[in-house]
Amino acid sequence: MKKVYLLDDTIISPLGFSTLENISSVKNQISGLKFQKNKRFKSGGFYVGIIEEERLKEAFSEIGDPDKFTKLEQMMLLALHPIVSNIPNLNNIPLIISTTKGNIDLLQNNSAFPESRVYLSELAKVISNFYGFKNEPIVVSNACISGGLAMAVAKRFIASGKFENAIVVGGDLVSDFVISGFQSLQAISENACKPFSKDRSGISLGEGAAALLLSSQPKWNVKNITLTGVATTNDANHIAGPSRTGEGLYKSIQKALGEAEISAEMIDYISAHGTATRYNDEMEAIAFNRAGLQEVPLNSIKGYYGHTLGASALIESIITKHSLLNNELYKTLNFEGYDLSKPLNIIEENEERNLKYALKTASGFGGCNLAMIFKKEENGS
Amino acid sequence: MDLKITDSVHIKNQKIFHGKEMIFSAKPSADIIQFLKQAYKYLNVSYPKFHKMDGLSKLGILGTEVLFQNRTIHPETALIFSNSSSSLETDKLHIEAMGDIVSPAVFVYTLPNIIVGEISIKNGLLSENVFFVTDKFNAGLLLDYSEILMEDSDVPAVVCAWIEWKNADYDVFLCLISRKGNLAFNKENLEELYHFENE
Repeated sequence: MKKVYLLDDTIISPLGFSTLENISSVKNQISGLKFQKNKRFKSGGFYVGIIEEERLKEAFSEIGDPDKFTKLEQMMLLALHPIVSNIPNLNNIPLIISTTKGNIDLLQNNSAFPESRVYLSELAKVISNFYGFKNEPIVVSNACISGGLAMAVAKRFIASGKFENAIVVGGDLVSDFVISGFQSLQAISENACKPFSKDRSGISLGEGAAALLLSSQPKWNVKNITLTGVATTNDANHIAGPSRTGEGLYKSIQKALGEAEISAEMIDYISAHGTATRYNDEMEAIAFNRAGLQEVPLNSIKGYYGHTLGASALIESIITKHSLLNNELYKTLNFEGYDLSKPLNIIEENEERNLKYALKTASGFGGCNLAMIFKKEENGS
Repeated sequence: MDLKITDSVHIKNQKIFHGKEMIFSAKPSADIIQFLKQAYKYLNVSYPKFHKMDGLSKLGILGTEVLFQNRTIHPETALIFSNSSSSLETDKLHIEAMGDIVSPAVFVYTLPNIIVGEISIKNGLLSENVFFVTDKFNAGLLLDYSEILMEDSDVPAVVCAWIEWKNADYDVFLCLISRKGNLAFNKENLEELYHFENE
């Protein structure tokens, strides 16, 4: 199988409209989660990561007419812009789009956009046509692992030799649709989420988009990160709750390690899903212990972004890539007091450390689990 | 590699086809709710959870019941599913409830991959999953991704599927891909099977 390199990337979030701004905010422990009034919550509101529309419009007007594109489309198009601008020819580059709910807000609001835009395939066409991609776009809509699974699809296409390059873009909004739904499941924390903490009480939602170019060719004379192992496994347990044994996640990790041809001891860092729900964080602790990864430094960056749903695993992979390149571990924001049934090595302060291999995981509704192994290659290889 | 379309199921217009043979039909006037009820009874499924599912999941469960009949299914059989409307019919139900009391039992079905979870639970499949959304049935994508999983990731078999539900219409097409059978797994055969209508 061919090697698959992670090349250019962009993150669009409340923390900034470039990867650089995002990494700098995370490094400086700045969170995008802010209090917002909302009648669905007892205390009158909740902490959430919202991208300011005016700021987005201003940035987007540099590349297109903001009145012609929905908020989510603007986020995705902005994320793609610096990547696509560097590619002379988009022929035979598949565009893989990850989202859970796309433009679902158009169904509730009296919007100026036609209702057809709510179809994910229509959203995909808008994004694809804007830049003139030739291949038919592919949407991956697989709950909270979508962003990572879209990378897995791209990786598999490239490793098998089907394509030389692929571009992944992911995004989701915080709509009343998802707020009301997660609230009905009592899954949202009114305060900023506290991954792996004793008094964690649920997720924070966040808006975000990200884009990433994957290629069979490295960049020369710089350090490169490859995606060397991916696997997904269903828990076959419950559609809205994780397995109590962490079976699906454990199996995903084993298979991803197998594909990367490394053992668990070689992992230097874990970027966990860490949503801060009671059940998710506990399930992850069990799965990581079963895999012998309990001593590996681990973080969740949900405290900076909230849960960006279909974008989350993509944003977190990009942060992981830069952690590896910068030899930096970022602290788990809002972590306080440990009470999981198994030990984990939570990163509590930023740290410089030589890093080579990282594991990124994600889990979601429908019982889905995903594991990816990233490797820092030597110069130009 | 010699991959075969081992078996297929098509559910459309109040009818269920196993391969090219019609095994069940409801009255043309039957709406989706009536059809699902009658088909469930006819196939003798006996799975109480079925009644809590949304239309898309019910269609998927019925389809796999037929596809998996009289067969041992390997727990690592991958599920590669696709459609065009995602979970839009259930999304609309959730939106109706948003002004009033939101039901978590409806909300959990507002993701298309839930159907893949339901099939995994019913059949004990701890396997690779993906849910693609494409404009229309995309034989090339299902073929490519199935081949890659079976050739590069040691996946023993794949169910590739198109499972669409929009307004009153539903269109379910499931194929079991493995190394057994006589029909070659290629784009032409997939298209031919998908477009087959027993008029």
